[in-house]
Amino acid sequence: MGPPLLNPVPKSLSPAGLTRGVAVQISGVRHVFPGGVEAIRRVDLDIAPGEFVALLGPSGCGKSTLLRLVAGLDEPTAGRVEVDAAAGSDDGRPLDRRADVACVFQDAHLLPWRTALHNAALPLELRGVPSADRLSAAAAALAAVGLGGAEHRYPAQLSGGMRMRVSIARALVTRPRLLLMDEPFAALDEITRQRLDDLLRRLWADTGATVLFVTHSTQEAVFLATRAVVMSGRPGRVVLDRPIDLPRERSADLRADVAFARHAGAVYAALERGEAVPA
Amino acid sequence: MDEPNDPQPHGRRRSLLIRHVLPPLVPLVAVLAGAELAVRLGWVESYLLPPPTAVARSLAADWRELSRATVNTAVAAAAGFALSAVVGVAAAVGLASSAWARRAFYPYAVFFQTVPIVAVAPLLVIWVGYGLPTAAAAAFIVSLFPVVANALAGLRATDPALLDLFRLYGAGRAATLLKLRLPAALPQVLTGLRVAGGLAVIGAIVGEFIGGNGSLGDVITSALTQQRNAKVFAAVLLASLLGLGLFGAINAASRLALRNWHASERDVR
Ligand SMILES: Nc1ncnc2c1ncn2[C@@H]1O[C@H](COP(=O)(O)OP(=O)(O)OP(=O)(O)O)[C@@H](O)[C@H]1O
Ligand SMILES: [Mg+2]
Repeated sequence: MGPPLLNPVPKSLSPAGLTRGVAVQISGVRHVFPGGVEAIRRVDLDIAPGEFVALLGPSGCGKSTLLRLVAGLDEPTAGRVEVDAAAGSDDGRPLDRRADVACVFQDAHLLPWRTALHNAALPLELRGVPSADRLSAAAAALAAVGLGGAEHRYPAQLSGGMRMRVSIARALVTRPRLLLMDEPFAALDEITRQRLDDLLRRLWADTGATVLFVTHSTQEAVFLATRAVVMSGRPGRVVLDRPIDLPRERSADLRADVAFARHAGAVYAALERGEAVPA
Repeated sequence: MDEPNDPQPHGRRRSLLIRHVLPPLVPLVAVLAGAELAVRLGWVESYLLPPPTAVARSLAADWRELSRATVNTAVAAAAGFALSAVVGVAAAVGLASSAWARRAFYPYAVFFQTVPIVAVAPLLVIWVGYGLPTAAAAAFIVSLFPVVANALAGLRATDPALLDLFRLYGAGRAATLLKLRLPAALPQVLTGLRVAGGLAVIGAIVGEFIGGNGSLGDVITSALTQQRNAKVFAAVLLASLLGLGLFGAINAASRLALRNWHASERDVR
């Protein structure tokens, strides 16, 4: 395992050691938007604490919508979404949504009047973490995503990919127990993307967080996840739910592995099938 | 940002002068010369249009009175402007907080915009007293609405994704207002203030027509009754410069506040 990531972490934030993920239970969820667009027909997903779930599906199939439901930003039209903190934690600590759930949206959504450092520190600031603590944690998070030198730049002075990484740092800064990511690396170049893939894997292994990760890349899904879920075209349903039983330690040469290719092929086939499902 | 291919700051300053200071001077000089010629050549009677040189003479001759009047008007306009900035933003925050508040109070904010200030000025004199209070009150009344309207538009246009983000991180109403909605509305607030600045000067002078006391408004009315048109023009010129000065100050503040993040203030030469 590499060097410890994201240190120093404010003591007020998490007890020393593992954070431990939370369980997410999605049962019979359907979502219809006010205009009458049925984004999700029916999704059932039982996510165990510490799982890394990759969510795939054609554009417009309701992946972002599902993420918002899990984040608690919207209420499903029918069914239930439960985020259960006690299930996974060693001390049965109740879920503190503010600290324990973090979200990386499809776009960076930074505050343009704040520097990268103060953007990354925002979640801690909103929780009342003292200034020195939150700024050092934010600086560490920025360094972890490869933005060590850009702390004092404003979003307008950063490239699209850099802005996205600030957004990722902002999500990581609280050491969340549930990390929701919506195509976070789509705007990045291949090298940076693979570096961040590696970072995310290590971070996940370090903290034991539960991750729900939307991506369009079968390669990325298989490389990162312990489980791949493929949705059909709108209205979304689950057409594949496949455990990715590759070794826990994953390095770049894994991509050349036969097992890797087998998983990627299965996911790809499911995507094709899902695309063919009539709306 | 540095510009490597612009070696001498000396040359840069000269080009700045040519690009920014020269252009507005061209029409000014042309109009002044035209006016002077028109009067000198007898095309226009001098009681209709005082020649620029006469205005300049009046400026010099009445300088003590005119400069004191300008200061008084400036104080009134600035006081009214400051009040409408504070009250306007506070009102916009209140209006933005609920649809009910908007329905209940917004019509009255619009009403403020349509107040015929000339008609109300005599009442202001009775309500708040001669001189500075009336001028400041008039400046406040005419400059309030643009602040409210622009600030409200800004406060209501907060990026919903950022609101989601704040909700996700458990921010309360106060934190969301102070750390998100107000800063996000700043460009629109500043636009409102820019409009309000010019209006405040006009409002103060109109207030002074009725209830003025040693300020530009009543210098203009008394010079008019004495048919000293050159002095009228001198006072009007000073009033315009005052408006320009206020506008410039707000612009400078806006640049300072927004230079890092807003497209409208990104460095464009
Ligand atoms: N606020 C909304 N109101 C109405 N319809 C919406 C709204 N948000 C999304 N939709 C619709 O719901 C469907 C699912 O949208 P969603 O954003 O979840 O798709 P997605 O799977 O994330 O797509 P992509 O891969 O392109 O990001 C789309 O057809 C979209 O048009
Ligand atoms: Mg999406």
